[in-house]
Amino acid sequence: MAVAGRTAARWARLPPLWLPPWLSPRPYSSRAKEKKDMSVYPVESIRNFSIIAHVDHGKSTLADRLLEITGTISKTDRNKQVLDKLQVERERGITVKAQSASLFYNHEGINYLLNLIDTPGHVDFSYEVSRSLSACQGVILVVDANEGIQAQTVANFYLAFEAQLSIIPVINKIDLKNADPERVEKQIEKLFDIPTDECIRISAKQGTNVEKVLQKVIEKIPPPQCNTADPLKALVFDSTFDHYRGVIANVALFGGEIAKGNKIVSAHTKKRYEVNEVGILTPNEQPTHKLYAGQVGYLVAGMKEVTEAQIGDTLFLYKQPVEPLPGFKSAKPMVFAGMYPVDQTEYNNLKSALERLTLNDSSVTVHRDSSLALGAGWRLGFLGLLHMEVFNQRLEQEYNMSVILTAPTVPYKAVLSSPKLIKEHGKDEITIINPAQFPDKFSVSEYLEPTVLGTIVTPHEYIGKIIALCQDRRAVQKDMLYIDENRVMLKYLFPLNEIVLDFYDALKSLSSGYASFDYEDAGYQAADLIKMDILLNGNPVEELSSIIHHDKAYATGKLLCERLKEAIPRQLFEIAIQAAIGKKIIARETLKAYRKNVVAKCYGGDITRKMKLLKRQAESKKLMRKIGNVDVPRDAFIRVLKRETDK
Amino acid sequence: WPYCRKRCSYCNFNTYVVPAVDEAAVGACLVREARTLLHLGQVQSVTSVFFGGGPPSLASPGSVAAVLEAVAGAAHLPAGAEVTLEANPSSTDTPRLAGFRAAGVNRLSLGVQSLDDAELRLLGREHTAAEARRAVEAARGLFPGRTSIDLLFGLPGQSRDAWAQGLEAALGLCDDHISLYQLTLERGTALAAQVRGGTLPSPPQDLLADMYHTARTVLVAAGFRHYEVSNFARKGALSIHNLSYWRADQYIGVGPGAHGRFVPWGEGGRRREARVQTPEPVAWMREVQSQGHGTRSRVVLSPLEQLEELLTLGLRTDEGITHERWGHFCPQLSLRAVFGAPGEAQALQEQGWLLLDGSGLRCTWAGLAVLDSLLPDLLCQLQR
Repeated sequence: MAVAGRTAARWARLPPLWLPPWLSPRPYSSRAKEKKDMSVYPVESIRNFSIIAHVDHGKSTLADRLLEITGTISKTDRNKQVLDKLQVERERGITVKAQSASLFYNHEGINYLLNLIDTPGHVDFSYEVSRSLSACQGVILVVDANEGIQAQTVANFYLAFEAQLSIIPVINKIDLKNADPERVEKQIEKLFDIPTDECIRISAKQGTNVEKVLQKVIEKIPPPQCNTADPLKALVFDSTFDHYRGVIANVALFGGEIAKGNKIVSAHTKKRYEVNEVGILTPNEQPTHKLYAGQVGYLVAGMKEVTEAQIGDTLFLYKQPVEPLPGFKSAKPMVFAGMYPVDQTEYNNLKSALERLTLNDSSVTVHRDSSLALGAGWRLGFLGLLHMEVFNQRLEQEYNMSVILTAPTVPYKAVLSSPKLIKEHGKDEITIINPAQFPDKFSVSEYLEPTVLGTIVTPHEYIGKIIALCQDRRAVQKDMLYIDENRVMLKYLFPLNEIVLDFYDALKSLSSGYASFDYEDAGYQAADLIKMDILLNGNPVEELSSIIHHDKAYATGKLLCERLKEAIPRQLFEIAIQAAIGKKIIARETLKAYRKNVVAKCYGGDITRKMKLLKRQAESKKLMRKIGNVDVPRDAFIRVLKRETDK
Repeated sequence: WPYCRKRCSYCNFNTYVVPAVDEAAVGACLVREARTLLHLGQVQSVTSVFFGGGPPSLASPGSVAAVLEAVAGAAHLPAGAEVTLEANPSSTDTPRLAGFRAAGVNRLSLGVQSLDDAELRLLGREHTAAEARRAVEAARGLFPGRTSIDLLFGLPGQSRDAWAQGLEAALGLCDDHISLYQLTLERGTALAAQVRGGTLPSPPQDLLADMYHTARTVLVAAGFRHYEVSNFARKGALSIHNLSYWRADQYIGVGPGAHGRFVPWGEGGRRREARVQTPEPVAWMREVQSQGHGTRSRVVLSPLEQLEELLTLGLRTDEGITHERWGHFCPQLSLRAVFGAPGEAQALQEQGWLLLDGSGLRCTWAGLAVLDSLLPDLLCQLQR
């Protein structure tokens, strides 16, 4: 899904090989140079901010310019950037993130320390965005002068707004022929209630007015409110993994100071560590003697796994506990999918690729799973759809792994009424990931499904079709607002499972690519859920069971039966392909028996080619899964279970 | 024979349309290669000869005679041995056929394909229905009881009734042997391209099944024995040559693209080999002239592979694979030991597709029509 921009960034910290030159770790010799004394930057001269934007609105170009102006990176490097991007990011318009970087800037005789804190650009990571934002006091909101406000602009704005941050609106790409900054200013005024004269019109590409942005950062964003004299209180807002040094945690200090040799404790895990190294990011790691309250940097403290430095966690000095910063929660997967090697002999290679990828992305949950049809594999949990796609794409591109990814499902819940089941689970509300765990309706008082609040921004001519699409997806309209004469913002409450498959593609195709979409978690709602089984000649096919909404049962059942009919080869007997809810059959397709299957043209031809074909068929027969007396090729399961990406 | 006057719309055989054929040179090479291979195979006696290809009726009776003389010179060719010539109605008049008969041909296989002019045009055949009739009559006059006709069914747009009518017409015309072929849309042919492109309809599976069943029923009712998937004969007029092929006997293939299965005792071989001759006529001739034969590929067949071929070919016939024939290939493990044990074959027997009894393993009437669905199962069992 191309919903968003920067998303890969969070886990896209790659081996040095992949990074643009200015991101590559420095040679060790440069570490030896004198450490910077950070005590010369008191809280008053510090500004912590983020840049937020819809995909392709120019966030990273602006970041580059800021880094150049402040001398953080050299101007000659910029041309290489494009070439050094990751394939996955290039294809999706996601650039390697300029990581968090400390910029030094002299304004009106004062030396300022400006910490640019990068955030993942998609609400799949809204929690992580909110943690990153909580290290900031302000944001630069970038809007494309041509495209205007898009869905992700809205979502990002509200995250910043709710975090009570100062917002500096910036209209980018004013150099473009179709740029209409006036219209965008009006949109911003209407939607965000920001006076038009507060917007800064820039061209990040050409550097126009970028200096002015820096000055605004200093003027409008307040310095952090904290004190070096307080005990240490550090927020972990990001973490990466280095094969030599272990976990590198990016931290923002809300109080106190930290230096090498300090003993620290994680408020979440209660584990104790000794700090080996602290420093700032420029954007390379540059060790310093200390970090002080209000500053942003990194620390290395012998943590072995990224799960030890969870985003949102608070670190404090051993024996000097502090009140942890609010809002910590563990990453919660919202979309699950089965992942299997295309070829079982690839299992171990895939396993090690998964392990290496998840080293830098603790938000992916991995559970071993196996399917009679697809073999040994995993059930993976992702924060959202884009997260899943990017993960899969990186697996293919960076590890050359070809995988079968099953259609994504969402975590449902059931409120139990049966005392027996409540006792069994030790609680009265359970989460259901696998249809096999679906409790029947007699032992349940209520089923719940996850929902999201979706934001759609579209040219108004597509409204009719989009509303029809949303209704078809069981969505409830929450808001509809003209942001200017011809652009509309719609808000809908969607059941998550209705958008995980192909919603975004459908939206893009019916709006000729003009509508943008973003969503945020909106909790659970009661839903009329049922488990649907697929039967072949009366025998259930376990891997094709699914949990669906009652209203969608007939259509889904019919579709599955039709797809199976096409995917299963004709056999010597008739095959009934049925979708059933409990004992009730809701859809049926019949695959007729072969009446003739013999090549009536043999003599004159060499049998060699025919033998090869037959032997290949015999081989695949051995790999087929027998459901009752029906042979089902693995391929048929793949075709039915696999996500349709090319719709 | 590798040459054709015109390529038919459905044909992907190894044939070449060239303006002028140096028949003397090609004939000489056929003679030379036949001698070499007969020697290689240490062939004592030849039971049948089959002239097939582009069709060979385009060659002169003299060339046919020369090859037969070479065969008789290198091995014993009994007086009654079956010698079949494939012929097209368009290259078959009585004097020409008489010439072939004088050269030693005693059985004719005529590529009639259809008795409907529109269908013949669709197939890109050179002849008309009337010419086909005249050719069959001429052939029957010269080769009474030993003339076979080929018919095609499953043409794009052909209805079941049209096929039934064509079959009736053929029955009124034919001798004692009919070969029925379902049109296969081979890649690279004009007809396949038209069907894929949507200008011609693709015949539905069920219709093809109906046509096949109709033909079987009609022909058996007319006294024909359905002795192989595509072949019907009455009064014992079975094709000896093709029968030996389905029985997995040894045979040598002579000419461009020809294939053979034999043990090359003559060069110290001990195992049966699958051989294919060089397909391009010019290259093939060069090889024959320099080394006596134009063998392009030789693959030694393992005992298992030989059994797989025996199974695949043998089950196409109504006699199936006899215990005797099986024992010839696999003396150490009987047919019953392999397929009588619980497994796929037993299940297929229970479902009524297959029979294993005192005479051997064979398909039932219903099983023959779905043989290609039975074989993968049987091969699995055989491989165990």
